Amino acid sequence: MNETFQLDGSAVPFEPGQTVMQAALAAGRYIPHLCYHPEFKPHGSCKLCTVKVNGRTVASCTMPAEGGLDVESEIEELNALRRSLVQMLFAEGNHFCPSCEKSGNCVLQALGYDLEVHATGFRHLYPDRPLDASHPDILLDFNRCILCELCVRASSEVDGKNVFALSGRGITKHLIVNAESGKLSDTNIALTDKAMQVCPVGVILPKRVGFSVSIGERRYDQRPISAQALDDAPRQTDASGNCAACEGTP
Amino acid sequence: MSKKLRVATTSLAGCFGCHMSILDIDERLFPLFDLIEFDRSPLTDIKHCGPCDIGLVEGGVCNAENVHVLHEFRKNCKILIAIGACAINGGLPAQRNHLDLGSCLTEVYLTEPGLLHGHIPNDPELPLPLDKVHPLHEVVKIDYFIPGCPPSADAIWKFLTDLIAGKTPELGHGLIKYD
Repeated sequence: MNETFQLDGSAVPFEPGQTVMQAALAAGRYIPHLCYHPEFKPHGSCKLCTVKVNGRTVASCTMPAEGGLDVESEIEELNALRRSLVQMLFAEGNHFCPSCEKSGNCVLQALGYDLEVHATGFRHLYPDRPLDASHPDILLDFNRCILCELCVRASSEVDGKNVFALSGRGITKHLIVNAESGKLSDTNIALTDKAMQVCPVGVILPKRVGFSVSIGERRYDQRPISAQALDDAPRQTDASGNCAACEGTP
Repeated sequence: MSKKLRVATTSLAGCFGCHMSILDIDERLFPLFDLIEFDRSPLTDIKHCGPCDIGLVEGGVCNAENVHVLHEFRKNCKILIAIGACAINGGLPAQRNHLDLGSCLTEVYLTEPGLLHGHIPNDPELPLPLDKVHPLHEVVKIDYFIPGCPPSADAIWKFLTDLIAGKTPELGHGLIKYD
């Protein structure tokens, strides 16, 4: 029998080396997250997954699971914090959902829906961030970048290409393209790269397929992200290969 | 029955899409009209706002007249609601915000190819544009926000009926939309 920790009052089993986030998702328990991706090492930067462990706030994606931890996640204090983080991300970039082809498939937007964010409440910065449309098959719209570094991680760890990086500090931090010209067309990125698949928002877009699925019929139009994220997570299975959290679904 | 709630509506830097969505409530407008009556609104053509219970404002603030109208609504409405993407974050009109207003006007009215004797409109009846388009909450206090472009009729119905019933309005999955 595995050791367990308590998440919002009920037991979550874990294996040695798992983080609180990994164990929770594997057990079919959702903790809101944005820069965490099951296939990559935790980044710990967005802080959406902040939980209280024995009364102290920590990022659940980087917190190693330990027996007997008392983890609180689904409480109004933390959801209010998460709401503010989402609002600040919206105010910091140019996120105009009605004209974004990622709308409905966007993790930031879906988190806003799930957390009942009706408005940003902050003063919008409206930064000037020109597009990079130089590549014949791929568009970069920097207006929507939330600096999660998933494309940076995917390009270096999986694709072995180092196409993307973050540059600058604080409010001037921004996504750059690793080419002398700074243009995507001068890199060896390909449509089949992992870096093309991981952007949670609408920055890295394949050209000419933006509206192949209609608005209203997209990923998070169908189901809230709290349900969708559990389907995406790697699950623990029993000896016969069945997943206890899936309750009969294949 | 108790006195009807008085509701004012207006569209500032908007496209009237949110007002179309209000009309999309369809036959539910009849039970709604048992509970509310309109003050200043494009639907009544009343030109100025009297004391109201609820104000619904569509569109952001892009010119001097928008500022005056928004202040009139804030002064007269007990509860002021920003309705739609433009009222909440500036929306489509705010796509000019990273550009210089002067160069926008110059390009559109003076240097655009094909313009003959172009001039920047300066009729005194035209309200002066602001250098940036602002969400409503940057100009006055807003009590509630209904997101969407436009919010669906169902979202508006749910929000207003919750509010009129004295509940905290909640939208929930499927009704809360930013697109």
